[in-house]
Amino acid sequence: MSTNLLNDVEPLSGSRITSSLKAAGITHVLSVPDISTSDGLLWPVSRDPAFKLIRVCKEDEAIGIATGLWATGTRSVVLIQNTGFFYALNAIRVLAMEYEQPICLLIGLLLKEPDKPPQNSARYGVRLVPPVLDALGLSYSTIDTNEQADGIAAGLNSAYCHSRPHAFLLGRSPVA
Amino acid sequence: MMKRPDALRAIANLAPDEIVVATYSSAFDWMVIRPHPLNYVHVGAMGLASSHGLGLALGRPDRKVIVLDGDGSLLMNLSTLVTISNVAPENLAYFVCENGTYEANGSHPIPGQGTTDFCTMARGAGWPVVAQYDELTGFTGALPSILATRGPVFTSIKVEPGATVGPANYEHIHGAAARAAFRECLTPNRRRAE
Repeated sequence: MSTNLLNDVEPLSGSRITSSLKAAGITHVLSVPDISTSDGLLWPVSRDPAFKLIRVCKEDEAIGIATGLWATGTRSVVLIQNTGFFYALNAIRVLAMEYEQPICLLIGLLLKEPDKPPQNSARYGVRLVPPVLDALGLSYSTIDTNEQADGIAAGLNSAYCHSRPHAFLLGRSPVA
Repeated sequence: MMKRPDALRAIANLAPDEIVVATYSSAFDWMVIRPHPLNYVHVGAMGLASSHGLGLALGRPDRKVIVLDGDGSLLMNLSTLVTISNVAPENLAYFVCENGTYEANGSHPIPGQGTTDFCTMARGAGWPVVAQYDELTGFTGALPSILATRGPVFTSIKVEPGATVGPANYEHIHGAAARAAFRECLTPNRRRAE
């Protein structure tokens, strides 16, 4: 897709994402702030009474908290940056994969070029995300359009119903 | 100093049916002292016991949640002290067994053995209730109040290294059976509700 064509693309709507979260019964959002999702997603979540926002200091804490929440039947998502995903890998490895817990990640891809899929990014920390997810065996979806944002609800429901983790890669910064 | 099993027995006497998150050496002892499906021993990654406990406390505010951590484990997740104090779950009672060693990993000394002050860290992180006990009588006497106080409550227990009663049963703490038993006990109608 060329940059010119991309200018015609509807902005990714943060409210379409939060609507999906609500439709899937998500009540808790666990997050370390990420500049690529801050204005369009995290700030709106922080003001939305439908969500309990848990601000964690580092991303692996969120994986543990999400696991504890699910042990009580409570659904949550972990909203982090790709850098935080790498930080939390050991917790994801054991809790999401080996223990087969429905850890659901919303991962902002910092500085990803909007006209490229993440695996083709010039940025090492972005293009490394898909192959690391593949190596883990962790399924993922790329979220670049509002139609894809609408599909987050079904992805979350599937993850929780089948007790398996899933990652949503936010390839564009959502707008509020 | 106390022997850890004695301290854990004192807790078990007052918490026969509570949700208890226990990690590694504490978990191995705890499973022998209080066998129960609500023993949450599947922490997975060292350091995350308190984070699991926070999730449980948030998901079940009607239940007391007790965390039995180790000092080596706490060192791996010190920021949890800030996260928990910020969320301030009233139903969370956190205990750290301080023996100064990585007991489950060869009994090497933890960094800062004998000098690190976890209670000062907890106070600095904003925990409203912080206490330390180094002998059993005082700990046992204070326990009813510790468990009745609105949390989060941070309690350091000074214990001797090496005094254990439970075998290192990694198969159980990492196994699916313990996870399933916990879920079934806590939310018996969940499968039908989903």
